[in-house]
Amino acid sequence: MAEGLYKLTACKIRDLIEKKEISVDDVVGALTERIQKTDKKLNALISLEKADLKSEVERVKQNKGGALYGVPVAIKDNICVDGRLTTCASNILEGFRPPYNATVIDKLREKGALICGRANMDEFAFGSSCETSCYGPTRNPWDTDMIPGGSSGGSASSVAADEAIAALGSDTGGSIRQPAALCGVVGMKPTYGRVSRYGLIAFASSLDQIGPITKDVSDCALLLNAISGYDPKDSTSVDIAVPDYTKSLKNDIKGMRIAIPKEYFVKGIDKEVKAAVLNGIKTLESLGAKCDEVSLPHTEYAVSTYYIIAPAEASSNLARFDGVQYGLRKKGKSLIDMYKDTRAKGFGSEAKRRVILGTYVLSSGYYDAYYLKALKVRTKLKEDFDKVFKDFACIVTPTSPTPAFKIGERIDDPLSMYLSDIFTIPANLTGIPGISIPCGFTKKNLPIGLQILAKPFNEETLIRTAYTFEENTDFHKRKPDI
Amino acid sequence: MTPAGKYETTIGLEVHVQLATQSKIFCGCSTRFGSSPNSQACPVCLGFPGALPVMNKEALGFAIKVGVALGCEIAGRMKFDRKHYYYPDLPKNFQISQYDLPLAAEGSLELFGDGQRRVIRIKRVHLEEDAGKLIHAEKGDASLVDFNRSGMPLLEVVSEPDITSPEEAYEYLTEVKSILRYLDVSDCNMEEGSLRCDANISIRKTGAKSLGVKTELKNMNTFRGVKIALQYEIDRQKAVLEEGGKIIQETRLWNEAKARTFLMRTKEEAFDYRYFPEPDLVPFLIDRETVESIKASLPELPQKRYERFVENYKLQPALASIIVNERDLADFFEESAKGYPRNVQLIANWITGDIQGELNKRKLSMASLGLKPEAFADMLKLIDEGVITGKIAKGLLVDMIETGSMPRELVKSLGLSQITDKGALEAVMEKVIKNNPKPVEDYKNGKTNVITFLVGQVMRETKGKANPKIINEMLRERMGKL
Repeated sequence: MAEGLYKLTACKIRDLIEKKEISVDDVVGALTERIQKTDKKLNALISLEKADLKSEVERVKQNKGGALYGVPVAIKDNICVDGRLTTCASNILEGFRPPYNATVIDKLREKGALICGRANMDEFAFGSSCETSCYGPTRNPWDTDMIPGGSSGGSASSVAADEAIAALGSDTGGSIRQPAALCGVVGMKPTYGRVSRYGLIAFASSLDQIGPITKDVSDCALLLNAISGYDPKDSTSVDIAVPDYTKSLKNDIKGMRIAIPKEYFVKGIDKEVKAAVLNGIKTLESLGAKCDEVSLPHTEYAVSTYYIIAPAEASSNLARFDGVQYGLRKKGKSLIDMYKDTRAKGFGSEAKRRVILGTYVLSSGYYDAYYLKALKVRTKLKEDFDKVFKDFACIVTPTSPTPAFKIGERIDDPLSMYLSDIFTIPANLTGIPGISIPCGFTKKNLPIGLQILAKPFNEETLIRTAYTFEENTDFHKRKPDI
Repeated sequence: MTPAGKYETTIGLEVHVQLATQSKIFCGCSTRFGSSPNSQACPVCLGFPGALPVMNKEALGFAIKVGVALGCEIAGRMKFDRKHYYYPDLPKNFQISQYDLPLAAEGSLELFGDGQRRVIRIKRVHLEEDAGKLIHAEKGDASLVDFNRSGMPLLEVVSEPDITSPEEAYEYLTEVKSILRYLDVSDCNMEEGSLRCDANISIRKTGAKSLGVKTELKNMNTFRGVKIALQYEIDRQKAVLEEGGKIIQETRLWNEAKARTFLMRTKEEAFDYRYFPEPDLVPFLIDRETVESIKASLPELPQKRYERFVENYKLQPALASIIVNERDLADFFEESAKGYPRNVQLIANWITGDIQGELNKRKLSMASLGLKPEAFADMLKLIDEGVITGKIAKGLLVDMIETGSMPRELVKSLGLSQITDKGALEAVMEKVIKNNPKPVEDYKNGKTNVITFLVGQVMRETKGKANPKIINEMLRERMGKL
């Protein structure tokens, strides 16, 4: 039975352990073997310490059970785990072991999950390709010349390659959904405030949200159940009761009204992506949904608005990395030299670009023209969505305008890199939840993702729609040959 | 040559007060003073990545109290902002403060010290977190940081530039401190850094329409220091103008040891704080009911109490102002007056004289002195009853403070009763006459005022127990016979 265990979903693994058909050791053993075999090619998991895994197994065995009992989960490297290396894939956090757990870690462990590795990412989650990591790029298991998407590239790649049963990522402008789409797995960004951000090393505090990356929609619901809920340690988490998301795993969208925003199918979008998503919409219609074209008129301003707000907050959040208390310190002749040298050596070029951009837009004399204006556009975008959600249960769009691209292709062209998040950014700016599910493959066998968006705190609609689609298609069953 | 003209002074003060809450403003760490370095710090107040601030409701309540007491408008919606600057004692390299939506604004404070009423307008009152403390190691070239103070709740009270002299600034500070102590929100101990003050000061030719160029003064550590520093700065600015020079807008540091100000930075070198709304704390709504209920629960404030003391007790304004300044002194006065209503002016004299002296000597507050108002009132009665002399009472007061006993018990056990028996006094008188031939001779030659000296000698011999009035009469009679 132990053979091929790594291929299973979280639901399946938990059930088998519950029936005592397999043990936690079986699962971890199978997974460790798998990681050894494939991760040299992928570089999806970093700083995996054997002693850590052993202690995780010991800890889980003391648990009696739980909805995620025995399920190994990969954790993006920007989520704090007590005593474990947590570096945001940045040299500046070299050797940093936080003395506390992120709330999501406590919650996962409460449900019996174990941490099977730290997932690679773009440095501080700045990127859409997982190439800016100080540990080197992660590769796409469907084609190792290709990027896995980002910034949660390690999370998506490891789940797609069966190196982890599930993973946690974080999504600031599409960092869960875009890599999930590019790796052919399921990724959800919950509503802002649904999941505690305590212990998530902040990129842009008003946009960040932790979410699951899984092999199918059922696992997504299972993980979402585990990590959701109000946290008194995070003032931006919202005190709204958490429903049982597995109850939304219903194969039924009859009569559901779905909006198709025309602004998401314009020029620049890859032909194969467009065809696959339109096909997906036909599938939804055939399952009883009513799909209508709508307009989200301020869509074109989303990317530029995002690239003011996100770097502004990032420049502030990253100010604390100064060599004083933890992480890298370069000794300088003076205090200023220490700051300069530490930050010059510690941050990669994309991090520097964003810090400079953010510092600029917050500077006196520029604040009103950039930051304040961006906040106003943010309100406009929200109004666009509110209007559509008056008549529609959800919105369906492509997740990413293109499938995975070649490693190195866009790394020196930040603008084209930034545009890969064009369809995912609006959900972060407006706080609404979104999910990406597999909806097709290109001729070169690269996965394509379909994005579903819903009203705030309406993750149930996302799960029901995604589950119905999944039950009636086979895209999620395909595995990369690695 | 410009003739030396008359100048008028414009001063605005920024007072930072540490609120006496149980825990820090955004975390649960203790606010106790004097603990060993870094023993009261956690991931939140150390600014560790991933840790998030949570508002301390007690601090908010204290701040609203102060705002209401200063007659301010309390904001219905309040938010925090990040103020950025790099310094090793500021763990996040930004301070959580309030920028454009302070908690309270547009209040005023009345000064009444010299019997003349003057109104100083309050511009704003806002909450912020304190920084840690940088300690320069005595050996080596290292600096050390103590983060115990990091995250302590601070209230900043900013006045309009309505203060016209260093003396008035002193009076303003005394009044602010008095109000804060009445509200029981801060111990206002400048030595422990729980009250700090910066000043903006400019001078202009009397009658000039526009204000002069201001300088900002920092690093004044006592109220007296503020007064001296401001006077120094007035003189400095005058000297510059008299020599035909110009005042430059700059920040200057007061050096108490050298008794002068030094340039810290010019306007050009001023920080760009890049304020923007703190995304980790959601804006607070403060409902009217809360404000009204806080308003209703305020104690009688010093100004009202002063008016009542002058009006009801007919106290001299100067004495009343000294007594109401400290809440527990004023409480002691009123309690004593209940037990000894016959002569409240006498109570006031004792409080501002001997009792204040004991407080200063022991560096104690009235509340911690241990002197009960009933005991004190009874002591005054003992004088009236002729049991003890006023002189004995002075010593008795000290005994009462030190033993905590009631005065009548002490009079008994220490044998302090007044000697009114003429027979007993006669022997002492004869001894004094015998030992002081010179004054006695002077008396006979018409220098009758030496009688005071001789009375004093008898008092000394009887350790103050003799009734001075009787001695006086007896001496005059006896000397007349010589």
